[in-house]
Amino acid sequence: MRLLKAGGIALGVGLLLIVAGAAGLAAYGWRPAIDPVDPPTGFDPAMVETGAELAAIGNCGTCHTAPGGKPFAGGLALPTPFGTVYSTNITPDPDTGIGRWPEAAFGRAMREGVDRAGRHLYPAFPYDHFTLVSDADNQALYAFLMTRQPVAAKAPANDLPFPLNQRFVLAGWKLLFLQPGPYKPDPAHDAAWNRGAYLAEGLAHCGACHTPRNLFGAEEKDRRFAGGDAEGWHAVPIGSLSPAPVPWTADSLFHYLRDGWHGQHGTAQGPMGPVADSLAAVPEDDVRAIAAYVASVMGLPDAEARKRGDALAAATADPAGPGTRPQSAGSQTVAAAVPAQDPGAAIYAGTCAACHESGRPSPFGGLDLRLSSAIAGDSPANLIRIIRHGVPAASGARGPIMPAFAAALSDRQLETLLAYLRGRFSDRPAWTGLGDAVRAARDGEVAAAAAASH
Amino acid sequence: MIELKVNGRTQSIAADPDTPLLYVLRGELQLNAAKYGCGLGQCGSCAVLIGGEVVFSCVVPVLLAENKEVTTLEGLGTEDEPGPLQRAFIAEQAAQCGYCIPGMMIRAHALLRKTLTPSDAEIRRALQPHLCRCGTHMRILRAIRRAAQEMRSAAVEPRGTAAREPVL
Amino acid sequence: MSAGLSRRSVLQGAGGLVVSFALAPAALAQKAAPQPALPGSLEDAPFLDSWIRIDPKGAVTVFTGKAELGQGIATALQQIAAEELGLSFATPTVVTADTGRTPNEGYTAGSHSMQDSGTAIRNAAAQMREILLAEAARQIGIPAGQLRLEAGQVVAPDGNRRSYGALAAGLSLHVQAQPESKLTDPAAFRVMGQPLPRIDIPAKVTGGEAYVQDLRLPGMLHGRIVRPPSYGARLAALDIDAVEALPGVVKVVRDGNFLAVVAEQEFQAIRAMRLLAAAAQWQEDATLPDQVRLPEALLALPAKDFPILERYGATPSTPGRTLEARYTRPYLLHGSIGPSCAVAQQEADGLLTVWTHTQGVYPDRKAIAEMLGRPIEQLRCIHVQGSGCYGHNGADDAAADAALLAAALPGRPVRVQWMREQEHAWEPYGPAMVAEARATLDEAGRIADWNYGVWSNTHSMRPGPAGSLLAARHLAKPFPVPAPRPLPQPEGGGDRNAIPLYTLPSARVVHHFLPDMPLRISALRSLGAQMNVFAIESFMDELALAAGADPVEFRLKHLDDPRARDVIAAAAEAFGWSQGKPTAPGHGRGFAFARYKNLAAYCAVAVEVAVERETGQVRVPRIVAAVDTGQVVNPDGVRNQIEGAVLQSMSWTLYESVGFDRSRITSVDWSTYPILRFDAVPDSVEVRIVDRPGAPFLGCGETGQGPAGAALANGIADATGRRLRDLPLTAAKVKAAIGV
Repeated sequence: MRLLKAGGIALGVGLLLIVAGAAGLAAYGWRPAIDPVDPPTGFDPAMVETGAELAAIGNCGTCHTAPGGKPFAGGLALPTPFGTVYSTNITPDPDTGIGRWPEAAFGRAMREGVDRAGRHLYPAFPYDHFTLVSDADNQALYAFLMTRQPVAAKAPANDLPFPLNQRFVLAGWKLLFLQPGPYKPDPAHDAAWNRGAYLAEGLAHCGACHTPRNLFGAEEKDRRFAGGDAEGWHAVPIGSLSPAPVPWTADSLFHYLRDGWHGQHGTAQGPMGPVADSLAAVPEDDVRAIAAYVASVMGLPDAEARKRGDALAAATADPAGPGTRPQSAGSQTVAAAVPAQDPGAAIYAGTCAACHESGRPSPFGGLDLRLSSAIAGDSPANLIRIIRHGVPAASGARGPIMPAFAAALSDRQLETLLAYLRGRFSDRPAWTGLGDAVRAARDGEVAAAAAASH
Repeated sequence: MIELKVNGRTQSIAADPDTPLLYVLRGELQLNAAKYGCGLGQCGSCAVLIGGEVVFSCVVPVLLAENKEVTTLEGLGTEDEPGPLQRAFIAEQAAQCGYCIPGMMIRAHALLRKTLTPSDAEIRRALQPHLCRCGTHMRILRAIRRAAQEMRSAAVEPRGTAAREPVL
Repeated sequence: MSAGLSRRSVLQGAGGLVVSFALAPAALAQKAAPQPALPGSLEDAPFLDSWIRIDPKGAVTVFTGKAELGQGIATALQQIAAEELGLSFATPTVVTADTGRTPNEGYTAGSHSMQDSGTAIRNAAAQMREILLAEAARQIGIPAGQLRLEAGQVVAPDGNRRSYGALAAGLSLHVQAQPESKLTDPAAFRVMGQPLPRIDIPAKVTGGEAYVQDLRLPGMLHGRIVRPPSYGARLAALDIDAVEALPGVVKVVRDGNFLAVVAEQEFQAIRAMRLLAAAAQWQEDATLPDQVRLPEALLALPAKDFPILERYGATPSTPGRTLEARYTRPYLLHGSIGPSCAVAQQEADGLLTVWTHTQGVYPDRKAIAEMLGRPIEQLRCIHVQGSGCYGHNGADDAAADAALLAAALPGRPVRVQWMREQEHAWEPYGPAMVAEARATLDEAGRIADWNYGVWSNTHSMRPGPAGSLLAARHLAKPFPVPAPRPLPQPEGGGDRNAIPLYTLPSARVVHHFLPDMPLRISALRSLGAQMNVFAIESFMDELALAAGADPVEFRLKHLDDPRARDVIAAAAEAFGWSQGKPTAPGHGRGFAFARYKNLAAYCAVAVEVAVERETGQVRVPRIVAAVDTGQVVNPDGVRNQIEGAVLQSMSWTLYESVGFDRSRITSVDWSTYPILRFDAVPDSVEVRIVDRPGAPFLGCGETGQGPAGAALANGIADATGRRLRDLPLTAAKVKAAIGV
C-alpha cells in the first residue's frame, strides 16, 4: 500500500513535472503577437534593389514558390524526417501573405523564428542561419518582399505528428539549438572573410544542406560542412571532407557558384541549380566572399591530395577529341575497345563514353568522369539520380542536356555500372549496398511523384 | 549475337554490342519510325519503349536492350490497322513535316499506359524532352487528349463491341 | 503577277546585275510579251501533258515541280486536280519535283507553290476536262453541255459513257494551254475548299517509308562527311591508314578539304567518321565578328544602297512629333529536326541519280553537274521528303556530298547523313539584320513622314552556280562562292516587306545591301520579312503610343486596302481586342499585321502575353491569327501552316540566336541553341480564315512569321511598359528592362 502510494505520488509528481515543464516551456516559449498594419508602400528603390540581391543570396524564391506556382506564394512541400512542412506565402498579400506584417515582425521572424501572431516557426525555415542577418539587411529584405506581386494563396497545412505539430515544442528546440544573432565579426579574420562568413552562415545558409543533422533535426555544429541530405540529393561535404578530385579553390568555387559550372568540377545539379541561378544576379564581390569563406573552411588540401589534384588538372587541362570541334564530325567520340568479360566496362563504353570522353568542354560537354564528385563521394545517391534522370533541358536558355537512362538500365545493370564507374574513376573504396541505394532512389522517386500529384 | 525482342518478335542482331539501338532498328530491322534527330538525346525523335518506358535509342547501346521488350511505333499499329494513338494523330492531322511525331507518340503511349486522364500540365511535362520545329505542338496535345478519350471509352465498353482493344 | 519577271527568274535571282528598285506597274506593262501570259507556271511549261497524264486504264497522274515539305502541298494539288477533272479526291496520284518527270518550277519557296503550281494545275486540269468532254461529245454525237462527269467517266443522259482512259488513249494531250480556262465555280466545289486529310500523314505515323532518310536501296553504302572546324579551314595533315582498316570501311574520299568516309553499315560509317576527324589536322584562320557587338559590325560593313521607295508628300516640311528607333535581329538557324540527308547512285551508263529533299531539284542538279563537270542530262534529282526545311538548309549540300561519293563508288548507292552538329554549324543561316525607323506624327496623330532603312546580306545563296554548294567550295579545285545579289523588288530579300502597306503620304525606304557575309547565310522562311515586319510593326505601336491611339485603330487609320482591313478586324474581333487590356498583373496584349511581300497572303496576329516579373520569363497564354489567303484549297492545311508559323516565330523571337566566337560557330546542338519546348507552348492558338472564294491563290506558308514576332514584342511592351528592340527577347533581357 505504501509502495503504491509512493508510486502514485511519484507518478503524480512526474506528471506534474511534465505538465509544469510543458507549461513552463509554453510559458517560456510564449511570444506576443505584433499588431498588424496596413500593407506599406513607398519604399526606397535603392533599398528594394539591395533587398533583391539579398533575397537572391538567401534563395528565398526557391523554397517559397511551389512548382508551377507564383513567386513567393509558398506551397512547396519540404519533406523532413519528422513529416512534411509547407512553405508559406511571403508575398505582401494582406490576407494570406505577409502584407500586414510591420517591419519589426519580419525582423523577429528572421532573428527568432517567430511569426507575427507569435507562433514559433519550424526550422525548415532556416532561422538558425537567418538569425545572423543584420537589422539593416532585414530592412532591405522587407522592402523587397513588400514590393512583390501580392498573391492570394494559402499554403497547405503541415503534415506532422503529435506532439511535433504543437508549435510550443519548438521553443525547446530553440532553447537547445538556436544561438540568436546578429552576426558578430570574428576579430581573428579580416573584413573580407567576415563578409563571407556573414553571408554563407547567414542568408546563404549553406550549412542547412551541407551540414549533418542530429536526432532533433538540428545541425551538428562541430561537423560544419561535413555533408547532409536535401530533397533526395546528398549535399556533399564542402569542408575538409570535400570529395572533389581536383580540390576546390576560392576561385573555382566562385565561378561554380556564379556561373553554375566549372571545367574541373562539372555543372550545378539538383538543388544547387537554383542556387547558382540566383547567385548569377548577385554582386560579384559577395559571391567571391562566400566562396572564399567556404574555401577557408575546406582548408588547403594535404600534400598528397594536392599532388593528385594537380596531376588530374594537368591531364584534363587541354581536352582533345571531337567534342572540341563538334562542327567537324559531331561532338561524340569513338568508344574505346572493351575487354570481353567486363559488363561494367561494356555498359560504360556503349552508353557513357561517347559524350563523357569526347573532350567537349563544360558546361555543355559530358564531364570527364575523373573529375566527378558524384563518383568520388561517400554516397552514390547523386550519381544514381543523374544517371537515371539525366540533366533536363533548361527552358528557353542555353544549358547542358543529358538524356535520362532510368528506362534503359535495369537495377542490375545500373549497379554494375555504378561499381565500374567508382572503380575506374576514383581511388576511393568501393561503395557497399548499391542494391539498396538504387532501390531507395526509386522509392524516393515514387514518393516524390505521389507528393507532386497532390 | 544479341537477341532482341522487338514488337513481340525475337530477332538475332549481328551488330556490335555498343551500336546504338537506333541504328539496329533502322538498319538491321528496317524499321522507319524511330529517327535520327541529334544522336545526343536532346530532341526525342529516336524515342522507343523498353519495358514500356521511354528511352532515347540514339544513346542506348543495343547491349542494354538484350532480353528486354522493345516497342517501336510500328508495334502500336499499322497503316491498315492503326492503333488509337495513330488514329487520333491522323484525325487531328497532328503533323506538318511529321519527323518528330513518332517520338511524341511513343512518349504519349508511355504516359497513357500510366493514366488515361492526364492533365494538360502532365502531358506537357511528359513531352518536355521532345522538340518540334514546325510548331505542331497544339495539334500534338489535342491528338493525345483525343487518344486518351477514345481509350477511356473503349475501356468501359463491354468486350466484343469495341472495334479494337486499346493497345496498352 | 508582274508580267516582266517570270516566277523562276524571281526565285533564282534574275541573272546578271540586278538593281533593285520599285517598278511602277506601267513600266512593267511596257515589257509584257505580245501574247497574254499563261496562268501560273504554265507560262514556263505550257503543254498540258507536262502537268497531267491519263493512261489508257484511266489512272491519272499529276506532275508538279514543287516539293512536299510537310506543308501539305501535294494534298492540295491533288485536291485541285481532282476538283477540275471531276474526279474523287483519291483518284489522281501526285508526282512531285523530279528532273526526270516533272516541269521545272524552280524552288518550292517564297510561298509561290499555290500561286504558281496550283494555278497551273488548276487551269491545266480544267482545260483537259474540256478536251475530254469535247472528244466524248464528238464520239457520242451530242453537245458537250449535255454530258456530265462521274467517277472518271463522261456520261450522256441516256447512259452512254466513255472512260477518261479510253478518251485519252485516242487523243494527244500534248497540247499547249490556253490563257483562259473554264474554272469550276467555288459554289460547286466538291473537293477544293474541303479540309481533307493529308495523303502523307498515315505513313508518317505508322513507320511507313516517308522520308529520304528512310530510303533503302539494294547494296546501299553509308557515307559520313568530316567537315572543316571553321569557315575556310584547310586540311593540313591526314593519316587515313587506321580509318581504312576499320571494319566495314569501303573508301576514304579526300579531295582538297573535302573529306569523307564510306562504309557498309551506318554505325561503321559513324565510327569511321569520328576516327577520321581525329586523324585530321586543320589550319584555321577564320575571323568572325564579335557576337556581342554584331549590329555595329554589320553597320560597319560596306553597303550598296538601293532606295526602294521614294515618295514626297505635298507639304515640304512636316512639323510634329518625330520618333526614331533601331531594331536588330541575330543570325537565325533553320534547325531542321532531321539533319540533311541524300542518297545518290552512279549507274554504269553514266546517269547519276540523287534522291534529295532540296527545295529545288532543277537548280541543285545544275549546280551538282557543274561541280562534277558533267552535262546536266547525266544527272537526275528526285525530291523525297525530308524533315521541315524552312528555306535553304543543308539539303542541297547533302545532295552534292552524296553525288561526290557516288561518283567515287560507281554502281553502289551511297547515303549521306549529316550529323546534328554539322547541320547546326554549316547550314546557311537567316542573315542578321539591322533596321532603323524614323517617322513624324502630325497634330491629328497621323504619320506624316516615314523613313526606314534596313541593313542586310542577300537572303538567297541557293544554287545557282556550283560554288553555292559547300562541298564544291572545299574541293582541291574549289568553286568560288558566287557573288551575292539582292533579290529584286517587289519580292525582295533583306528588303522583303520593308515597304509597309500603310498609306504614307511621304516615305523613303532604303535597302542597305551588304555583300560581305561573315557567316554563311541564305533563305530562311519569310526572308527579310520577319525582321522588317518586326521592326515596322513594333514602330507602329511606338507611334500609336505617342499618338495616344489604340494600336488596332492606328493601323486601320493608315490602311486603305479592304482585305487588309478585313483581316485586321477579324483578328481583333476573334481576340476580343475591344474588351481592353488584360487585367491580370504582368499580362499584356500585342497586335501586328502584314501582307506578305505586299503581294501574297494577308495576316494579322493578336497575342496575350504574361511576363513573370521575378525572372523576365515570357509566357504566351493566347495567340489569335487571321489570314486571307485568297481561294482556300485545304482550310486545315492553311490552319496548320499558320499555327506552325506563329509558334516557330515565337521561338525565334523569344529564344534564338546563332552563337559564335571569333573563329567558330558555337551553337552546335540544342543545348547551345534552345528552341521552344512544351512548357512554353501557349494555352490556345486560334486561326481564323477570311475566305475569298474565287479569288486567286495567295501563298500563306510564310505570312505568319513577321506579324507573330511583332505582336509578341508589342505584347511584352504592353505588359512591362518597356520597349525591347533587339531580338531575341530573352528572359534575361526582359528582366534587365523591368528591373526589380
